[in-house]
Amino acid sequence: MSELYFLKNRGNPESKTIDFYLSHGGYESLKKTLKNFEPNAVIDEVKKSGLRGRGGAGFPTGLKWSFVPQDNPNPKYLVCNADESEPGTFKDRYIIEHEPHMLIEGIIISSYAIHSHLAYIYIRGEFVAGARILEQALAEAREKGFLGKNILGSGYDLDIYVHRGGGAYICGEETGLLESLEGKRGWPRLKPPFPAVVGLFQSPTIINNVETLANVPLIMERGSEWYSQLGPNPKNSGIKLYCVSGHVNRPGLYEFEMGMNLKELIYEHAGGIYKGHQLKGVIPGGSSTPVLRPDEIDVSMDYDSLAAIGTMFGSAGTIVMDETTCMVDALYNLERFYAHESCGQCTPCREGTMWMVKLLRRLEHGEGTVEDVDLLADVANNIMGRTICPLGDAAAMPAKSFVQKFRDEFIEHAKQHKCPVKKDKSIKVTDANA
Amino acid sequence: MAVEFSEAAKQEFQEILKHYPTKEAAMLPTLHLAKREFDHISPEVMTYISQLLDLHVTRVANVVSFYTLFPREPEGKYVIQVCSTLSCQLMGAETVVDHIKEKLNIDVGETTPDGKFTLKKVECLGSCGTAPVMQINDDYYEKLTVEKIDKILDSLE
Repeated sequence: MSELYFLKNRGNPESKTIDFYLSHGGYESLKKTLKNFEPNAVIDEVKKSGLRGRGGAGFPTGLKWSFVPQDNPNPKYLVCNADESEPGTFKDRYIIEHEPHMLIEGIIISSYAIHSHLAYIYIRGEFVAGARILEQALAEAREKGFLGKNILGSGYDLDIYVHRGGGAYICGEETGLLESLEGKRGWPRLKPPFPAVVGLFQSPTIINNVETLANVPLIMERGSEWYSQLGPNPKNSGIKLYCVSGHVNRPGLYEFEMGMNLKELIYEHAGGIYKGHQLKGVIPGGSSTPVLRPDEIDVSMDYDSLAAIGTMFGSAGTIVMDETTCMVDALYNLERFYAHESCGQCTPCREGTMWMVKLLRRLEHGEGTVEDVDLLADVANNIMGRTICPLGDAAAMPAKSFVQKFRDEFIEHAKQHKCPVKKDKSIKVTDANA
Repeated sequence: MAVEFSEAAKQEFQEILKHYPTKEAAMLPTLHLAKREFDHISPEVMTYISQLLDLHVTRVANVVSFYTLFPREPEGKYVIQVCSTLSCQLMGAETVVDHIKEKLNIDVGETTPDGKFTLKKVECLGSCGTAPVMQINDDYYEKLTVEKIDKILDSLE
């Protein structure tokens, strides 16, 4: 796809208004859907498009929708996960602030598909501006008859409410989010039952990421056949927002078809490594995805290609680290994040993340031993797969991969009793485009 | 001391209740409202919210203590939250913190004696592409430099 979808109006402050959206074909996809498609036909269309969840797990969206039991007497809910908080990820905020109607149109079509009459947008509490923009956009949509009773004369009713989070990474995990939305601590639930069967208020619930839902109007407008041909193969189809941060000359948000080459993304689009420095490592898909060495980045950015080399596409939050980065210090930073954000329910995660922080602090400050390096990997292995939710794995994966791929640097910290890297802590000024 | 919402906030609270099938689900929006009304969530505020939502006060305290956005102690008029997670750290977040510490003559977690500024280091604000980043009250400030920080802080009254 040569033209842009998400970023086509970048830099235009009018893009968030309903008048602008309508004058550029907005809500036509909704009209077409309500007129020509039964709810099940929408699910089939999204299934055929190959759309997979853009929040990190990459689960096929249409398939997820088909799990909602329609014979369940309880109301069905659609929840938009706008809790964007995986370090390195900043794509949903763009959609929320600049293309809110694209998201709202996507939510309406998706809610229609699963027979939901009430949807919530759970937005992280820090995004105050985004919440205001969404409230305004929802009011506009209500006024134009795209929300409320009997939408566009179709007989279909829907309301959407914005729900602000309280500042907790764990609420991006879908069942933690549901607990939080119900007014409790964001403590993830054991699965099964899966939310599609027992979710919000004990009722069938679909939770989809912002970018996932914002793809839906495009799929319904152009058709699944067309959409599924974008990208490298039908299992990794469509368009994608790529977030690039860290040591590059042009950090920011980029839109391409699925399957952009990671090396090309960094060196051509993001302007190469900051000030021509040497590349040291790349976290491809958000902070929890295993790190790559420079010789591993000639790879297609899609779910299956990245899984094939032992990492993940995640939320496409690419973090670039140059030669001035100490890998012990970088991992210390990330594990401090996970220790802070662990909800405390499961012992391996609650205790393990703290142990990793202590070990890394010791190593970085020259007080660690060579044995500590193996102990770190051992703690990570003992968290992996032993927790209710994926936060444990998210904390373990960086530790395991950093130690495996940059082992010499970890060992040198212990042997030299100091950090051997000449770190650059200065503020870097770039030509960021986000 | 008993606390109470303003009339406007009471109306807003009634609107909030309409969004959910249970009263308990109104917890976070009510806490956001309470923070706006009372600045921080004191034990008295927790008691008041527990009455509004028909819950035991420990249920409210349990939630308040879990999240980062509901301070239990008074804070400065402007709360400066500097993002310190990896992408921001790579782009100079430590220098940002050091500069603000020096400029305001306070440490992280402290408030200036005049009650104007509180400085905090926080985890990822989700604006990694424009790092380094800080949030002051509701607003994000991106692509920070020392000059930009000075200008922002000097402009706040």
